[in-house]
Amino acid sequence: MKKYFSTLIICLVLAVFFVAVQLGINSGAISWYWMTNLYLVGINIILAASLNLINGFTGEFSLGHAGFMAVGAYSSAIITANLGLPFPLAVIVGMLAAALAGLLVGLPTLRLRGDYLAIATLGFGEIVRVVLMNIDYVGGASGLTDIPAMVNWPIIFFSVVLSLLLIRNFICSSHGRACLAVRENDLAAEMMGVNITYYKVLAFVIGAALAGLAGVLYAHYYTVLQPREFSFMLTFNVLVMVMVGGLGSLTGSVVGAVIITIASAFLQAIPELRMVIYAALLIISAVFRPQGLLGEKEVSLNILQKLGGVLSGPVRSKQAH
Amino acid sequence: MALLEVNKLTKAFGGLVALNNFVLKMEKGELVGLIGPNGAGKTTVFNLLTGLYQPTSGNIVFEGRDLRGKHPHQITKLGIARTFQNIRLFGNLSVLDNVKIAHQVVTNYGLIPAFFRIPPFNRREAEIEESALKLLEIFDLKKHAYEKAKNLPYGEQRRLEITRALATKPKLLLLDEPAAGMNPQETHDLLELIKWIRDEFDLTIILIEHDMSLVMSLCERVLVLDYGSLIAEGTPQEIQQNPRVIEAYLGDEEVAAWEE
Repeated sequence: MKKYFSTLIICLVLAVFFVAVQLGINSGAISWYWMTNLYLVGINIILAASLNLINGFTGEFSLGHAGFMAVGAYSSAIITANLGLPFPLAVIVGMLAAALAGLLVGLPTLRLRGDYLAIATLGFGEIVRVVLMNIDYVGGASGLTDIPAMVNWPIIFFSVVLSLLLIRNFICSSHGRACLAVRENDLAAEMMGVNITYYKVLAFVIGAALAGLAGVLYAHYYTVLQPREFSFMLTFNVLVMVMVGGLGSLTGSVVGAVIITIASAFLQAIPELRMVIYAALLIISAVFRPQGLLGEKEVSLNILQKLGGVLSGPVRSKQAH
Repeated sequence: MALLEVNKLTKAFGGLVALNNFVLKMEKGELVGLIGPNGAGKTTVFNLLTGLYQPTSGNIVFEGRDLRGKHPHQITKLGIARTFQNIRLFGNLSVLDNVKIAHQVVTNYGLIPAFFRIPPFNRREAEIEESALKLLEIFDLKKHAYEKAKNLPYGEQRRLEITRALATKPKLLLLDEPAAGMNPQETHDLLELIKWIRDEFDLTIILIEHDMSLVMSLCERVLVLDYGSLIAEGTPQEIQQNPRVIEAYLGDEEVAAWEE
């Protein structure tokens, strides 16, 4: 009963948030500038959560997220801008193309561990960028233009909610537990019957597909794509969000994405210093709170209830145990 | 048909022969001890049986199936489970999750039910949870079900390793020094536990152990390895009197202790 109640509350809060923002956009109370930032927060949440699935939950250190996002963005843009096909098809193609890229990169590189995997996936991201720069069909270095603007608030909102829900469901299933086991001790996981190669590649492919979705949304919001946007700095940005929020915490990724995106909006006036501040933030969080703001914990209504209890005196103990 | 047949198993790492012509035949329900000095190749036997290493020559036949070329997770599915000499729990996960993960080979469901929480997701998850909690209750770990595995006391971590191995529903259980680091009381409890799980779970067990009192009072048959070769095999009494074993393994000072 309690479980359904908290689900109901979460749905209610999300619905109110969704309607409030929609009304704000319609009435002009939310300016175009903040609307753009809001969409960017949504895209970054998907990126951070999907990178967290690979780096935080499965424990493989990947730096290829900009590459997967680029694959999703460009392949979907080809569908709508170059071929004139409908947007839903572009979403599917973008995600599938990124997933395929994840599979092709994952199969050989996931034999590597730690630093080597990071270097290999970093290389992949750079290869994608350079290759895109040299393909005239997608505009080369000057970029792909005239992508139809398809993204609005409902599309961003439901993409984020669905992505988070799918990742949550995956992590809280036997398959997600297998990924966690790989992170904790791959040898023991293997001895307990977990096919560790399969689960490493699976997490990688799911993460890549969702990065692809973020790319699709990005392409069809900004309507212009340039290869240089998908540089290592983008992956680094997402990594900072994941690290600040907490490796292995889904709600942490949401918090990290919101904080970093809003912070960079405020820091736009001093672009030279922005990266310095990011780096300092990463160092500070690594020194003082290496597990990130939330560690591996998730923000749930239970924690909020406990917090409420602490603030308002003794907790009425009603737990059924 | 024997449950396990190991034929002339040899494993070499470059020039070093870690295991040489190892032969073992086990019937269902047997409890065999594997002893020998450090570096004698005992854990190598386990690593070969579980598919972590591929043999240089020789083969392993389990229930009539040749295990050569099989991956460790496939071998676990066939019914061989193990514990580790140095504990290898999933430390940051709950005790319950540790056992749930091991259920995957027995009860599982597809990716689509996992993503969308459609049948049989709920039913299977309930089955896994029920079975895991039952196992934890049997091994007196249920009270710790929601604690992180790494926060358990040492003895309970060892017990959790055994519980986790049993969750894969093995036919053959390999215990690698389960009494390491335990005090005499804990060792005694472990002895009772091993006897009990063999009958209760219908197991065949191979036990690597340095604690001689445990091996001698538990095993019907003992194998002795030295420098990768099998130097003796027999009942605990025979092994205790075998001069080669005493010389190679127990050493001079130990002989005195044995005779008391």
